[in-house]
Amino acid sequence: MLNIVVCVKAVPDPKEADKIRIDPVTKTLTRADVPLVLNPLDKHAMEAALQLKERFDAHIAVLSMGPPEAGRIVRECLALGADQGVLLCDRAFAGADAYATAYTLAKGIEKIGPYDVVFCGMASSDGSTEWVGPELATFLGVPVVTRVKELVEFGEGWWKVKASLEDGYRLVRVKLPAVLTVTRELNTPRTLSFSGIIKARKKEISEWGVSDLGVPSDLVGLKGSPTIVSRMTTRESKREVEIIGGTREEKAERLVQRLVEAGVI
Amino acid sequence: MGERFLTEIQGLLPRSETFSERCGQRSMENTPGPVWVIAEQIDGRILTVSLQLIGQARKLADELGASVEVVLLGDELDEHPQQLFAAGAARVYLGSDPRLAFYQPELYTEIIVKLAQERQPEMVLIGSTDVGRELAPLVAARLETGLTAHCIDLALDENGVLEQVVPAYGGLISIICPEKRPQMATVARGVFPTPELDESRTGEVILLDVPDELPRRVQTLEIVREEPEGVPLESAPIVVAGGAGVGDLEGWRQIAELAKVLNGALGCTRPAVDEGWAGLETMIGQSGKMVSPELYIGVGLSGEQQHMVGIVGAKVMVAINNDPHAPIFEQVDYGIIDDCREFVPALIDKIREYQAT
Repeated sequence: MLNIVVCVKAVPDPKEADKIRIDPVTKTLTRADVPLVLNPLDKHAMEAALQLKERFDAHIAVLSMGPPEAGRIVRECLALGADQGVLLCDRAFAGADAYATAYTLAKGIEKIGPYDVVFCGMASSDGSTEWVGPELATFLGVPVVTRVKELVEFGEGWWKVKASLEDGYRLVRVKLPAVLTVTRELNTPRTLSFSGIIKARKKEISEWGVSDLGVPSDLVGLKGSPTIVSRMTTRESKREVEIIGGTREEKAERLVQRLVEAGVI
Repeated sequence: MGERFLTEIQGLLPRSETFSERCGQRSMENTPGPVWVIAEQIDGRILTVSLQLIGQARKLADELGASVEVVLLGDELDEHPQQLFAAGAARVYLGSDPRLAFYQPELYTEIIVKLAQERQPEMVLIGSTDVGRELAPLVAARLETGLTAHCIDLALDENGVLEQVVPAYGGLISIICPEKRPQMATVARGVFPTPELDESRTGEVILLDVPDELPRRVQTLEIVREEPEGVPLESAPIVVAGGAGVGDLEGWRQIAELAKVLNGALGCTRPAVDEGWAGLETMIGQSGKMVSPELYIGVGLSGEQQHMVGIVGAKVMVAINNDPHAPIFEQVDYGIIDDCREFVPALIDKIREYQAT
C-alpha cells in the first residue's frame, strides 16, 4: 500500500486576485470577497496522486491549512478521489509565513500517520514563494525534490524523477518517504465528475486545531513566523500615458507611427 | 535583541571545532556578522546574479560595518575566487570537489548550514535560480530562520534590519525578519546592477572539506540542458507579454505572431502560465525573469505589480487592454483600449505594412 499525502491550499481565485489589498492594521492580506479556490498547481499534485492510485494500491490523504471555508477545496479533492480529508483550522494558525505553514503541515502529516510520498504544488498563486515544500521536508526530516515534471521510475523504496530546470531538467533518484513539489508539466488534471461529487458528500473531513496537533501556539501562525510585513508603500509610475484613439485601424496605425518615431521598431 | 538571539543559537547548535580553529571566533561585541552571498556557477561560469548580489551585499555590508563573504560550491573552481573578490567579496569559502560538481541538495545544504552555524552571518543572499529556489528554503528551515522570496530591493532600515521589498497587491511591501538570524532573501537576476569588477582586489580563500559521510537520499544523477528556442527574454530589445486577457490559445498564437513579426521575445504573466499557454521560463516579474527592453508591449494583462516589477527600465511601454480602468494604463507610455483579439491582428498588419516600406 502506497500512502500518499497531498498538501493543498485554498487561494483567492487568481482571476479576481487583483481585488485583494493589504490590511494596513494587521499587515496581512484582506481576502475581501474574492472566492477561495484550489491553488492551480495543487491540482497537478492531486492528479499525480490519483494517477498513482490507478496504478498501485494507494491511499490518498488530502491536507490543507486554512480558514473554515477552505474545507470546500478539501471536499473538492475528496470528490476527485482522495480517501481522507484533513483541514488544519484554528485561529492560532492565521498569519503564518511559509516557515510556520510548513511546520504546521508537518505536524498534520505526522498525525495522519505513515506516508511514502507527500505531493505539493510547486508554489501557491498568492504567496509564490516555493518554500513550503522544501521547508516541510526539513521539518519531516525527509528528502525533497522540487519542480518535478515527470515520474520516471518507481523502485522499491526509491523513485527516479525529472526535476524541471529553466533550460532542461535534472534527473534525480530520491529515497522514500519524500516530499515532491510538482509543476504543471507533470500531468493534465482531471475535472470533477458528478458521481465523485455525490460520493464526496458522505466523506468526513477532520478538522484539527492547535490542541489536536499538540503544538505550542507560539510556533504556529503569525507568532511562529520569523518574517513579518513591516510596512507597505505604493509604487509610483514615472510615465504619462497617451491613450491612442480612433478606429481600430487608426489606432494601430498611430501606435506604429509613435513606435517608429521613438526609434524602437 | 541580537545578543539574546545569538545566545539561543549558540545553545542550540553545536559548533565544529576544527572549523572554529581554522577561521577564528568572530567577536560578538558589536561586530555584525558577515553578509553572505551563496554564489552559483554552471559549468565553471559564475552566474551574473551572483555577481550582482555581491555588489549589493557590498553596499549593505559597508553600511553595517560588516564584511562580505561568499560561498561557492562546485568542482575545479580554483581560479574562480578572484572574480568574486573583484566583485566585492572579502572572503570566499570554496568547496571544490568532484562530489560537488552537480548540485546535490543534501550535501550542499549540509555544508552551508554547518558553515552558517559557525560564522553566523547577519544576512544570506541567494539568486532566485533553479538551484537557489530549492537550496534557500532547505538552508533557511535548518537554520530556523525566515526567508523572503524574489525580492526586488534590499535595504537597511533605521535599526540596521534588512528590509526585503516584494511587490504585493497593488503596491510594495517590506518584509523583515526581526528576531531570527540570518536574514535570508532570494533575488532574481537583473534586480541589481552587475558591479564593476576591480581586478586589483584580493581576499582570503578558505577551502571547505566535503564531509566523509555523504547523505544519499537525494542524488542528482544527470543534468540535461536543452537549447532554448527563439530570442532570450533577458536580452531581447523587444518584449511582447501576454496575460489572462489574451483569452485562449488562439489569442496566444496571435501575440506569439506579434512577437515574431517584431523579432521580439514572448513573455507572460503567472495567470498565462496557469492557463497552460506559456512556459514558466517565459514568466516576467518578481518570481520570473527581469527584462529591460527598448520596447515592451503588454497585451491583455492588468498591470499587477508582481509582473510590472519585472520590466526594469524599458524605454517605451505599450498596453493593450479592453478595460480602461486596468492599472496597466497608469504605468505605460501608450495605451490602446480595445479587445486584444481584434486589435492585435490589426497591429500586425500595420507593422508588416511599415516593414515593407
